[in-house]
Amino acid sequence: MNTMSPSISAEADMRSKGAAVPVPDGRRKDTLMEDKPEDTVIEEGKTVGKPFTADPKFKLRNVDVSYGADRAIKNISLDIGRNEVIAFIGPSGCGKSTFLRCLNRMNDSIDICRVKGSLELDEQNIYDSKRDVVELRARVGMVFQKPNPFPKSIYDNVAYGPRIHGLANRKSELDDIVENSLRKAGLWNEAKDRLDAMATGMSGGQQQRLCIARAIAVSPEVILMDEPCSALDPIATARVEELIAEMSESYTIVIVTHSMQQAARVSNRTAYFHMGHLVEVNETDTVFTSPQHPLTESYITGRFG
Amino acid sequence: MQTANLLPLVLVLAVVAYGLAYMRSRAVAAPLGGIRNLKALPFYYAARAALWCAIPALIVLAVWAGFEDKVIQGIVIASLPPDTWPESAGQASLILSQISNVAAGSLNPEFLPEHITGAASLLEAMQDKSGNFKAILVVLIAVLGATFAWTRVAPHINARKNVETTLRRIFFVCAALAVLTTAGIVFSVFLETLRFFDRVPITEFLFGTSWSPQTALRIDQIGSEGAFGVIPLFTGTLLISAIALLVAVPVGLLSAIYLSEYASKRMRSTVKPVLEMLAGIPTVVYGFFAALTVAPFIRDLAAIVGLEASSQSALAAGLVMGIMIVPFVSSLSDDVISAVPQTMRDGSLALGATQSETMKKVIFPAALPGIIGGILLAASRAIGETMIVVMAAGLAANLTANPLDSVTTVTVQIATLLVGDQEFDSAKTLSAFALGMLLFIVTLLLNVLALKIVRKYREQYD
Repeated sequence: MNTMSPSISAEADMRSKGAAVPVPDGRRKDTLMEDKPEDTVIEEGKTVGKPFTADPKFKLRNVDVSYGADRAIKNISLDIGRNEVIAFIGPSGCGKSTFLRCLNRMNDSIDICRVKGSLELDEQNIYDSKRDVVELRARVGMVFQKPNPFPKSIYDNVAYGPRIHGLANRKSELDDIVENSLRKAGLWNEAKDRLDAMATGMSGGQQQRLCIARAIAVSPEVILMDEPCSALDPIATARVEELIAEMSESYTIVIVTHSMQQAARVSNRTAYFHMGHLVEVNETDTVFTSPQHPLTESYITGRFG
Repeated sequence: MQTANLLPLVLVLAVVAYGLAYMRSRAVAAPLGGIRNLKALPFYYAARAALWCAIPALIVLAVWAGFEDKVIQGIVIASLPPDTWPESAGQASLILSQISNVAAGSLNPEFLPEHITGAASLLEAMQDKSGNFKAILVVLIAVLGATFAWTRVAPHINARKNVETTLRRIFFVCAALAVLTTAGIVFSVFLETLRFFDRVPITEFLFGTSWSPQTALRIDQIGSEGAFGVIPLFTGTLLISAIALLVAVPVGLLSAIYLSEYASKRMRSTVKPVLEMLAGIPTVVYGFFAALTVAPFIRDLAAIVGLEASSQSALAAGLVMGIMIVPFVSSLSDDVISAVPQTMRDGSLALGATQSETMKKVIFPAALPGIIGGILLAASRAIGETMIVVMAAGLAANLTANPLDSVTTVTVQIATLLVGDQEFDSAKTLSAFALGMLLFIVTLLLNVLALKIVRKYREQYD
């Protein structure tokens, strides 16, 4: 899946260290001053590439999100297909996390947040006033940036969701759910002997996989991941990425990431966000090898970020 | 000069030393090319000068002021003719007060023997001399200290380390002071308690079921024998505190949950200060509210139901006390609930938990230690509360579990035992110390127990 040329990834790595980076031919140039990609005019609601698919899981049309007077998401339309892994990339503050949190209505807890437009999951409106958020979130699970296991035992963390939704009638059923979820999250071998130990005592990577197991335990259809590896070391990141690849067989996965290499490694499609606009959506290979929009190209080649 | 005048004088000298050392450090730095060439900032040189000026002078002042009177008194007594030397400590203090009254001019010297008036003039002279010596010595030490620090303003000397070390010691002394005061109070109460147990056996005190501390003042006086059984007092205290906590814990906790999880920002910023205002109402105001409004209301209500209630009842005192301690529970709980990280809430909500499930299963266990802390604070307020009980629950030491009866508490008894003219070595007054000691031990045990419970059930987030 890694289709990035070595020079692109090397440049992207260096870009994160400072403003002035040596470009391959040896000249030094200030990447921010020369092209000013921020000045590129984006036409609202115009997305380059292929934002729509046949028979989508999520059908999102003309979505507008605002925090008070600030418009965080500007007229975005996108389809998310069944059992696909779609990556949201873009510079900080571009709205990709906000957009992700609309998909299971996690923005509800923010008083000043307003969501407009049509958001449908399996052709049912997510933001219908009669919609039961509990049922929605049981179907659309979420994994957060920082591992956030509850300060309970490993077992209780995984059993939390099934208990709330009454998924198990007997203790043995619950045990099975916990074991299966931990197995799917690749944590069973490490955790089976210490299910009663506090989850907060595990390493960061284990905690994040526990959070994934916790999300899987309620058998969701979609899993939203908000920069799931940004607090993890490379080895733990590799484990989680393997896990994403395995899970993509049975779940729809939406992943927000700051790492373009990660997007290239794990996703089928990639959506590039910029200042609240959805600039480009396409097959991941296409986005990283022949981006169609100048902003996308600037971003993936590391001109800004 | 008086100690009261010397104190500000030393402080003024310290400020002067600060200013001079500050200017000097800048002057020293100027030819070197600015204060960057000093080992420390000018502030540290200046602060060191101020500390050198003030601390030794203040220590000498404190020591002098502490021993001044004793030394002068010793000299005055020794100057009396040997045949008039006091035979006991009591007599000595009598003679001394006579002498100092003459010296102060409040006693006419004409009617007193000559050795007293002579001693009075000696006392006056000694006090004058001591005052002058003290003033000179203290100012001298202050100036010397400041001068020493002044000479040590040099670019290669690191004043920062000296100042930091000195400040650390000052902080330590402050912390030690608080601990020593507590220990001192406990110790003195303990000694008086031992004296009480000389008169009344400890078993009668701990296990006696009747409390009536009226004893005969003189041997020939006809009076009751006095009973010092503490059980009715403790049951009364527990009854009232339990009623208060039964009111305060649910009301306080649920309002804290509402304020931190459900209320809008505006609601919270209005309601929280108002709730905290409850803590600012003087307890005596709660007291007459309890005595004049709540207690008669309860009596009338009980009469309607067909129960008999006394006009002063444990229920009235407990209910009002419960309202009084609501802010302790609610405010502290609200703070700790709000301090639980948002990521915990997000994690739970994203799994499809409702707000109340999240509260019950995730937030509450994580906030438990703080909540228990708030409840403990409220409980110790309830146990220590006196005024409301005096006014609303009465003084009768009934051994009862009926909240409609009048009861009394340990603190109320301590207050009534020591109010008014009392001789200080009767079992009656000494029993107050024993009660205080027992109350202290009981609350200490309660605290230890609560800490143990918290440690067992807390769910610690990081």
